[in-house]
Amino acid sequence: MQNSGQRFVILGIFTVVIFIYLVRLFYIQVIDDSYKLSANNNVLRYITEYPARGLVYDRTGKLLVYNEAVYDLMVIPKQVKDFDTTSFCDIIGITKEDFEKKLKKAKTYSRVKSSIFEKQLSAETYAVLQEKLFKFHGFYVQPRTLRKYPNKVAGHTLGYIGEVDDKLVAKNPYYQSGDYIGVSGLEQSYEEELRGQRGVRIVMVDVFNREKGSFSNGDYDSAAVSGQNLVTTLDLELQMLGERLLENKIGSVVAIEPSTGEILAIVTKPGYDPNLLVGRVRSKNYSQLLKDELKPLFNRAMMAYYPPGSTFKLVNALIAQQESIINPGTVFPHSFVVGSKSVKCHPHPGGLSLEGAVQYSCNPYFCNTFRAFVDNRKFVTSEKGYKLWRDYVLSFGVGRKIGVDLPHELAGNVPKVDFYDRYYGKGRWKASTIFSLGIGQGELGVTPLQMANIMCIIANKGYYYTPHIVKKIGDKKNTTRNLAEKHVTMVNASHFEAIQDGMQKVVEAGTARVARFGDFVICGKTGTAQNPHGKDHSLFVAFAPRENPKIAIAVMVENSGFGATWAAPVASLMMEKYLTDSISRPELYERMIKGNLLPTRKDSLFKKTDRPKVPEFESEEDVIVDIKTDQP
Amino acid sequence: MRKQKSIFENIDWLIVGIYLALVLIGWVNIYAAVYNEDHKSILDISQNYGRQMVWIATSLVLAIFILVIDGKFFEAFAYPIYGFVLLILVAVLLFGKEVAGSKSWFEIGAFRLQPAEFAKFATNMALAKYLSTVNINMKDFRTKLVAGTFIIIPIAMILLQNDTGSALVFCSFIFVLYREGLSQNVLIIGFFAVLLFVLALMVSKIIIVSVLAGIAVLAIALLRKTRKNIITISVILAMAAGVVFSVDYFFHNVLEPHQKQRINFLLGKDTDLKGAGYNVNQSLIAIGSGGLTGKGFLNGTQTKFDFVPEQSTDFIFCTVGEEWGFLGSLVILGLFTALLYRILFIAERQKSDFTRIYAYGVASILFIHLMVNIGMTIGLLPVIGIPLPFLSYGGSSLWSFTILLFILVKLDSYRTFILR
Repeated sequence: MQNSGQRFVILGIFTVVIFIYLVRLFYIQVIDDSYKLSANNNVLRYITEYPARGLVYDRTGKLLVYNEAVYDLMVIPKQVKDFDTTSFCDIIGITKEDFEKKLKKAKTYSRVKSSIFEKQLSAETYAVLQEKLFKFHGFYVQPRTLRKYPNKVAGHTLGYIGEVDDKLVAKNPYYQSGDYIGVSGLEQSYEEELRGQRGVRIVMVDVFNREKGSFSNGDYDSAAVSGQNLVTTLDLELQMLGERLLENKIGSVVAIEPSTGEILAIVTKPGYDPNLLVGRVRSKNYSQLLKDELKPLFNRAMMAYYPPGSTFKLVNALIAQQESIINPGTVFPHSFVVGSKSVKCHPHPGGLSLEGAVQYSCNPYFCNTFRAFVDNRKFVTSEKGYKLWRDYVLSFGVGRKIGVDLPHELAGNVPKVDFYDRYYGKGRWKASTIFSLGIGQGELGVTPLQMANIMCIIANKGYYYTPHIVKKIGDKKNTTRNLAEKHVTMVNASHFEAIQDGMQKVVEAGTARVARFGDFVICGKTGTAQNPHGKDHSLFVAFAPRENPKIAIAVMVENSGFGATWAAPVASLMMEKYLTDSISRPELYERMIKGNLLPTRKDSLFKKTDRPKVPEFESEEDVIVDIKTDQP
Repeated sequence: MRKQKSIFENIDWLIVGIYLALVLIGWVNIYAAVYNEDHKSILDISQNYGRQMVWIATSLVLAIFILVIDGKFFEAFAYPIYGFVLLILVAVLLFGKEVAGSKSWFEIGAFRLQPAEFAKFATNMALAKYLSTVNINMKDFRTKLVAGTFIIIPIAMILLQNDTGSALVFCSFIFVLYREGLSQNVLIIGFFAVLLFVLALMVSKIIIVSVLAGIAVLAIALLRKTRKNIITISVILAMAAGVVFSVDYFFHNVLEPHQKQRINFLLGKDTDLKGAGYNVNQSLIAIGSGGLTGKGFLNGTQTKFDFVPEQSTDFIFCTVGEEWGFLGSLVILGLFTALLYRILFIAERQKSDFTRIYAYGVASILFIHLMVNIGMTIGLLPVIGIPLPFLSYGGSSLWSFTILLFILVKLDSYRTFILR
């Protein structure tokens, strides 16, 4: 038994090493939690279950938007084995170079994680591919849905969806990279209702990213909840008619049910087939539409500012009656002279009262009315008079956003006192300086939507409901916006009688006889928005029937001249269609749809500046239209 | 000498019990590590766990066979067995099959044998036999030389097979030599050589040598300035400097690229978790995510889903750590500690020098396997591919550890009637 002291040294070395290991194990297993996280990151994959986006219907239950299944082709580079790339490329329609590029990109992202190889294959392509997919190791298909628009109408209103950008992902925790979100139209404004609730499925994967079953028997999984369907206020037939009538024209139509504010049709032309902005072709088509000289992406119905022309005489007269400046019996001399200029009128019987002035759209009558209001002594100064006049105008839903449930609505323009103070100098302007406002010219900028809303106000004799596009969400009434609130103007109901009388005469015996149809009592007013750069814009506003009105409409056809030529027939055909569900004047209809008012594209008359102004910011002083006298 | 009444007389049941416990734990964990839904039976021969059952059964047969043989056989045939194993090591170099870069396997049908495993107990027996020869003194240079040769020959041949891990195991015999009278300076020098090696990889060599020179000057100043002291200290300093400056050569010219990477990763110089660090990182995640009580049997995702490589062989400890947590680790280390303590206890109760020396060899071999294998899985040592005794999957290793241990059990059973 020699050297027995050494045994303790050896024993000690063994003990120390094992003790160090135990301490280390205790640290990594019990104290340090980071390894648990890493283990979960290794093995758990959170697979998003995408909910079906809500469908969209018209007011009669016809489908406007639905979902179509498409297939994203996914690849896991590590699992890709040699295969017949030629037939593979043929099936999905790419070149061999594309193939190499895409595969390289996927490899750069990750060799074991899946990435999208080709987006949104059609059902047809998928059918062919599916049969041979087993030969292409490492590729698999993930279904997705795309929006589809069976009737190809109302692109601006329905809007489109697009992938969320990084900024939004950072801002809104709901969205993840790769998600889709509504970026315009009601897809945008009703995003939260349409999108539904994402679900998640947690699966375990092995080191090659192969699925190995659900985690914890699916206890932490959640099912996707489909988005809610929307029933819109649109009437598909009316919308389609409107788009057909404005084919090959620049302009817009807005039709509203006055008793509810429900928008029956909202047309802007040139437009686009909403199916163009779907899926893999979206960005290509979008940039092409963006480049188009005729600006098909521009929603004229809600964003274009026009001087309302003669149609605004109605508002002017209503305001003046409320302040007792005029009454239905008031007669003005048939002239309006400012300095060396005099406002012209076209030949019509003299000595007109209000009703007749509306019927014949007498320019001097309404310039005089405007001057009598603004320069009235009871308001002390012209500034104060104008300020009050402007407040009245604003109560008609002009010069401010009226709150439609669609994005990108613009406010229009009714200049403030400050504007004229700056333009002419304080105290250096009065009614005779800005009289053209009285006949809807000058600096006024009104959108077609606002014009249609003014028609609702006149039809209702003094109030309107916020125009809106969505009636029902799921099975319930749309309560997301304040739609039941009655917006009352500053003008009493009694003052509307004479105006309606005049408007009735416009159709029965005035400038818009073309608008008559059936036995309906129709109230209308033509207008001509002056366009210093080319032919005037043709405008017609109307509602029908006079008693218990069902439809109010505003039609704007750019560069078409006199209001009765194009705008009034369009409005008339649409009202007839809506009220009688038929078209009794096929030759008028033919003439309308055949009319081509588009400029030849290289026409020098048609420069960018001739388009309705697209304000780049929303201050009210954006739009200045040359002051000129009205020539109806 | 009287005859044994039965082969089980005087058997150390504690060792046998720990052995059986470790083997069974190993089997269950191999099952969990490579669990295959399609082959749920632990007895399924097509899977590693089914095959391990075969290895366990044959090991038990081997164990009983060893207990049946006359105990004198091992001492008497120590040299022939050693010689025979050396011949096999030569044979494997000539006719062996290369697996994962090491030409260290014989392939017989579906089964493979790794002769290097058997060199361990053979060398241990030969060394014990030599050191137990009468009139041997460790202080003699001749003794050191012969004993060293016994160890160096198998190391050289295994290195030629490119199986660095197995070769490293033979370093454990330093404990045996120390126990038998080798100066403790050898242990200390060895320890400091390794320390300097690691330091030289991490810190500037000039700094290390400067510090060492400083310490030497200080030592000379403090100690008696005899000629002998000064020469000794100078020689030590020169050797240390030699180690430090040879590190680069050794590191770049002797080590394989993967070995360099593993060392670099351990020292924090390489942080590529997908490259050199992948194994260790996944192993750490497996063990670390086990927590106190583990994820439960068959619930270890790291091992079952193949994130950890070699999870039934070299990295079997990951399954223990992941599915049984710290408590599982504690049980395994506890069993090994008990085994090592028991072997050392047995060693010291022997009247036979051969048995005592052999026992120290057994303890040393088991200890170095334990230290290197678990140290690698918990990121304290570089990745060196040697099995965890009794637990890792593999016929050669289980057979060789069984033979190694049961020869000791057999030798120990003679403790009461061998007088010398």
